[in-house]
Amino acid sequence: MIPATPIDESSASRVPQSPGQKAHRVGSDLPFYAGLIVLGGAYLFLLLAMLIADLFYTSPGHLLAALGKPAIQYSIGLSLISCSITALLSLWVAVPIGYLLARHRFRGHSLVDAILDIPIVLPPLVVGLSLLILFQFWPFRLAADWVVYQIPAVILAQFMVACAFATRTLRTTFDQIDPRCEQVALTLGCSRAQAFASVVLPEARRGIITAATLAWARSLGEFGPLLIFAGATRMKTEVLSTTVFLELSVGDLEAAVAVSMIMIVAAVVVLMIARIWGSRDLTL
Amino acid sequence: MICVKDLSVCIGDFAFKGVQLQVPEGGYGVLMGKTGSGKTTLLESIAGLKPIRQGRIELGGRTVTHMRPAERGIGYVPQDGALFATMTVYQNLAFALVVRRTRRQNVERRIDEIAGLLRISDLLQRKPAGLSGGERQRVALGRALSFEPAVLLLDEPLSALDDDTRYQMYDVIRRVREHTRVTTLHVTHNRHEASEMADVLFQMTDGGVSEVRGGPEAISNRIENLGG
Repeated sequence: MIPATPIDESSASRVPQSPGQKAHRVGSDLPFYAGLIVLGGAYLFLLLAMLIADLFYTSPGHLLAALGKPAIQYSIGLSLISCSITALLSLWVAVPIGYLLARHRFRGHSLVDAILDIPIVLPPLVVGLSLLILFQFWPFRLAADWVVYQIPAVILAQFMVACAFATRTLRTTFDQIDPRCEQVALTLGCSRAQAFASVVLPEARRGIITAATLAWARSLGEFGPLLIFAGATRMKTEVLSTTVFLELSVGDLEAAVAVSMIMIVAAVVVLMIARIWGSRDLTL
Repeated sequence: MICVKDLSVCIGDFAFKGVQLQVPEGGYGVLMGKTGSGKTTLLESIAGLKPIRQGRIELGGRTVTHMRPAERGIGYVPQDGALFATMTVYQNLAFALVVRRTRRQNVERRIDEIAGLLRISDLLQRKPAGLSGGERQRVALGRALSFEPAVLLLDEPLSALDDDTRYQMYDVIRRVREHTRVTTLHVTHNRHEASEMADVLFQMTDGGVSEVRGGPEAISNRIENLGG
């Protein structure tokens, strides 16, 4: 009689296993996250270091001296007014374009969509030069004396670029709003305009705030088109970005940095407005 | 009455043609069919939300084929309710009446009536974001009924609800029927829902609609034999 062989667990574990059953060791996730943090962190560090360097380079004295100059006071005033007008104009144009592109498919839809991106990809100097050339042609030529190298040129040059960013933001906003609510409003007795005003616009509120702040911030930083189309004339077409350029060109680095600090503070305020009251899903 | 005659629709790659459908005055029609068979497109065509190629649509004795959605006098409840997120429940319910410039006292009286019928009186000051699925659908139903439409169109209104809430909604819809006698077309792919509700059953298959005739027993038998 063959004695019963006790089950040997160690021998059972040596039974050949299929590849799927083999113990599979996975490497640590640490190097992956370390890579992400190092690469991302380097950029973040550079960004903050840049701003902190500005802060240390200037002083309250420089800042007050800069703020006391009539030319800089004029530049701050014109910047605030022109950026606000540009942001409002951008909304007036971007809301209808964004809505039409999001809700309707028409012949040439993709072409219109691509054309609207031109100011985003075009070199800023080319935008200014193109505006300058446009005002050589009829009927724009008729208004050239009141526009070119005048304050309207500042607003138009800012608007051409800022509006493209506002349009892109609002297109995404309207894309994200469920058209079903609008359809229900139509069945409840609304015309298209009523449904848009009473249902779509209130839902787009955060996107509209984001688009407005984005347009405002873009306008504040605009320089290339302004230099070509509006010029950089003191106490006339001078905005904050041109002030930095003019102060640098006369060698007053302290004043240039002080004005830059004003622009940085304005940008931070705009960023906070967009983050608090704007849409978190949209880029700024 | 809802009467659809020889209706053809073509949207992109999807099309149906020659669709006939009739729900008698005060009746409750249920339209069944597989996913993608065109049930929602048919309902949206009746509501005026989808362009039609040819055919005729009559609602409550009026030919509405080329009318805009606002002029058709329909109450429409989509699958997710599609409540207006920025408005309170009261404002959602009052929406159609405000658009029609109804006097304020009449709006308040009508909303009291609707809220009582649907048992949502305690929700009136809340925003849709905090409502449960069943509450949302009751508000959507109330909003659709607020202006006393001739016809009610329900597009899978109970599909996202759990079983208990769905059974409660059957009672709500029955109560609405008894109270309003509104002619209704209800799209669903749920057999139990169809057997609970249908006076008239329609089945949508391969771009056409067939009516199940022969009374409640025939309808129950057909529903039993349907897949899904």
